Amino acid sequence: MINTEYVGIQEVNGPFILVEGVRDVSYGEMVDIRDTRGNLRRGRVILISEKACLIQVFSGTQDLVPATTRVRFLDRFLEFGVSPQILGRIFNGLGEPRDGCGTVYGGRTLNVNGQPINPMARQYPRDFIHTGISSLDTLTTLIRGQKLPIFSGNGLPHNRLAVQIATQSRLVGSDNFAVVFAGVGIKHDDAEFFQRHLIESGTIRNIVMFLNLADDPVIERIATPRFALTTAEYLAFELDMHVLIILTDMTNYCEALRELGVARGEVPSRKGYPAYMYSDLASLYERAGILTDRKGSLTQLPILTMPNDDITHPIPDLTGFITEGQIVLSRALDARGVYPPVEVLMSLSRLMKDSIGKGYTREDHPDLASQIFASYSRVQEIKALAGVVGEDELGKTDQAYLAFGRDFEKLFVNQGFDENREIELSLDLCWQLLGALPESELTRVSQSEIKEHIKGKKETGLQAGPDSSHTK
Amino acid sequence: MEKHMINEGRIITVNGPVVRAAGMKFFGMREMVRVGEENLIGEIIRMEGDEAVIQVYEETEGLRIGEAVRGTGEPLSVSLGPGLLGHIFDGIGRPLNTLLLKEGSFLGRGLSVEQIDPDQEWLVTPKTAAGEVVAPGSLLAVVQETPLLEHRILVPPGFAGELTWIIGGEKAKSGTVIARIRDEYGREESLPLVHRWPVRTSRPSRQRLPLRTPLISGQRVIDGLFPIAKGGVAAIPGGFGTGKTVTQHQLARWSDAQLVIYIGCGERGNEMTEVLEEFPSLKDPRSGRPLMERTILIANTSNMPVAAREASIYTGITIAEYYRDMGYDVALMADSTSRWAEAIREISGRLEEIPAEEGFPAYLPTRLAEFYERAGRVETLGGGQGSITIIGAVSPPGGDFTEPVTRHTKRFIRCFWALDKRLANARHFPAINWLDSYSEYAGELEDWFNSEIDPRWKERRDQARSLLAEDDHIQQIIRLVGEDVLPDDQRLVALCALLVKNGFLQQSAFGPESYQSPKKGFAILDLILHFWEKARGMVKSGVPLSLIKKPPEVMEITRLRELPSDDGEAIAGLRNRLDTALDRVAAERTATGKRGNRS
Repeated sequence: MINTEYVGIQEVNGPFILVEGVRDVSYGEMVDIRDTRGNLRRGRVILISEKACLIQVFSGTQDLVPATTRVRFLDRFLEFGVSPQILGRIFNGLGEPRDGCGTVYGGRTLNVNGQPINPMARQYPRDFIHTGISSLDTLTTLIRGQKLPIFSGNGLPHNRLAVQIATQSRLVGSDNFAVVFAGVGIKHDDAEFFQRHLIESGTIRNIVMFLNLADDPVIERIATPRFALTTAEYLAFELDMHVLIILTDMTNYCEALRELGVARGEVPSRKGYPAYMYSDLASLYERAGILTDRKGSLTQLPILTMPNDDITHPIPDLTGFITEGQIVLSRALDARGVYPPVEVLMSLSRLMKDSIGKGYTREDHPDLASQIFASYSRVQEIKALAGVVGEDELGKTDQAYLAFGRDFEKLFVNQGFDENREIELSLDLCWQLLGALPESELTRVSQSEIKEHIKGKKETGLQAGPDSSHTK
Repeated sequence: MEKHMINEGRIITVNGPVVRAAGMKFFGMREMVRVGEENLIGEIIRMEGDEAVIQVYEETEGLRIGEAVRGTGEPLSVSLGPGLLGHIFDGIGRPLNTLLLKEGSFLGRGLSVEQIDPDQEWLVTPKTAAGEVVAPGSLLAVVQETPLLEHRILVPPGFAGELTWIIGGEKAKSGTVIARIRDEYGREESLPLVHRWPVRTSRPSRQRLPLRTPLISGQRVIDGLFPIAKGGVAAIPGGFGTGKTVTQHQLARWSDAQLVIYIGCGERGNEMTEVLEEFPSLKDPRSGRPLMERTILIANTSNMPVAAREASIYTGITIAEYYRDMGYDVALMADSTSRWAEAIREISGRLEEIPAEEGFPAYLPTRLAEFYERAGRVETLGGGQGSITIIGAVSPPGGDFTEPVTRHTKRFIRCFWALDKRLANARHFPAINWLDSYSEYAGELEDWFNSEIDPRWKERRDQARSLLAEDDHIQQIIRLVGEDVLPDDQRLVALCALLVKNGFLQQSAFGPESYQSPKKGFAILDLILHFWEKARGMVKSGVPLSLIKKPPEVMEITRLRELPSDDGEAIAGLRNRLDTALDRVAAERTATGKRGNRS
């Protein structure tokens, strides 16, 4: 079919234009819009009726002159051309090259909305990803095919943590490992940070970047993660790669969703966000996993900054309901100079239970993790008490707990940006720290484990802490 | 009967999953339709003169104005018959394994697949003979659907009369006629092995029966403190990460229902995969057969179309009613009803209805009530007894229980297992808060527990709850001034409550402790309370608490739960050793005390 060009539009309203008298338009179709000067903008049909259709313009409607604007319906949907050549490329938020290296030719064209995975086709993720970060490997284990977001706040080192996970993950350097990066409304400095560490450090061979920067059109942000996910799916499920996708910052994505919803005059739900935000986020986050009949995997690491550090805000809240756990960063730990400032009690990996222990990491891992959670949560209670009565008034056991808590944060959670700790070392470190507590307090580990890991070690003499240099 | 001819209308607007069509006046309200060239499945939800509003159960991208809308002549229905057990369906009843074979790993659109495999043969054994007079609910024949479950073929509602013919003991497929009935006007009707039923209509029964037996869950905190009755309704509300899904999975695994229907409504794909991978290898603790033989899964994950999510709840409950009518105890888990309510809200928003609270339509409580009221224990049309127990997860935004879905759900349920973020953060699982939760069934089930488990069941439950309530009060003081300044009797309460929390309330969902019989749960609780009574007496007579809690037997109580389920002797043994140790402490104290007096 030849694409007819229509001249003149009837209405311009926020990011939308209304075109009357068009025929044979399909819902979701892509549109080319040319303004008076002949500049091209892209849009998508979001409502059709017999009389008219409503188009959402990705790069905004500024300067459009209704009488002279030309609209062409392209008879295709929001699509992205993929081929092995996309590796190493940088695109903008709408999948257009941003690196000046020209169009990607060959390959296939995929609808960026993807299709839901049949739950029957999924394989339950069980392979542990060794990140070399103690607090994650031991207590919030990342699993291949998992979607595990970082809940952060403005000014916290979430970008560093994401880069550290990406560059230290055990598969790094192998040919079948790829990182896809989607920057959604991020600052130029952040984009530069990721570019420098992910590409220029040279540790990752395969990387594709999509950048929608803070001053790029807001509406494009709706599309950016979808381009990145389509690429990631292609790499994982057609080229058999193990893909780690970093989506940052999902808060900007949700803001764009709200802006669009309000512009359309939709009935808002909590805090003005659209009622379908859960379904919309799910259509992104659920595009992770492993398929039974493919070799690759798609692991998601979305980053979001919690508005006012509030975890009950709709954005982190809805995300937490969809993703398989969360890594929560703490401002208090950050202020105390702990990096990465992982709030271990709030953090959770839902897939961890089936992927640690004998045959996966080490036999004592599940009990040990449970004991650390129990003891460290007791530390918080005692800290609150110490705040009232003063530390000196506490009993001996309580003081031991406080000391344990301090060491745990300084020696275990705290580690260097380029420090890659073996899981064995992290686990041993946990045992060493627990050794400072009275044995009667260790109710979640078995007697034989205590004997093997604490008493046994005490007899042979404690090994030195792995990085006592970090102690402050 | 044959009134139906193919009706056809045409699309005039498309707005997300909501499509408006003209030329629809011969369509029925709630009729299923096929939309556009791709044959997308939809349902009519509003009629306005010649126009109809259709909610489409699949992604609508690509639809054009003027494309056809064709009627199917029936409302959204499911097929009921042998071949449902052990399978997984999407929200509108399409089998996902067939879709996998036809379409591959990703779900396409507009597919027509038989819900029940039309080629599978079942050995049908007749249980009645030609010449008998039958009515709805009369037993016609049986099929051994899985080794765990005998599928009873009953006369469907709406058919009655004299049986003129019935199948012999032979194999039949889903479409095979297995009986013919002549009604009072002499008309003859054929009954196939599988029949259809509209999901939004509840299946009839004779009358509701009072609830007398518990649904044993194998979870100590539920069976011991907040039991649910067979035929009851419970809600599990909790923010993310509090363990709603794990608790639901635990109930699906271990509850003593004969059949479990698990609806994954707007939740994660991997959670359904987990059930699919795990259930075939897990054994039912009562029969020793794989759990999958008694399980039906409905999966409409969060990324599947939202309209089908709305339907999934009805699809699930209709299948539950079908098996209830055979006289079975069915447990239905809906994870999560909040996602269902949100689907209702989303569709309502697209229809531009006036919202009530937080964008939810004003009829939300009505829908919730309709769903929960389909639970219950009934006398079936055939005169037997069956029940449906509904356990609905609720996902309140921000963990705030005052939001509309939780608040309205509380009006229609009688058992409330409140999940607590604080407990979850300390990895106390199941994170069921013992102060906020309640079960109105406890009173009705007392007789059963007192006679089946222990005559002091009610007494012990009351004691445990008052101990925990007292502890809550003491913990507030401890948070302010520390434990050391408290008198020994209060510190003893804190110690005993700790034993209850660590030794009884906490239960690992994995490993040998995953299922625990109510008998063993009671024995542990009984021992802790026994210790409390004894120690309280000792504290009163002046023995310091530091001596009482010194024997290692005291903390050993918290390890009892890790023992295999039916090890009653270990508990009795510990009780004896504990008594001996405490008696020794008391005796030594008396001796030293006497010496002290002399000097």
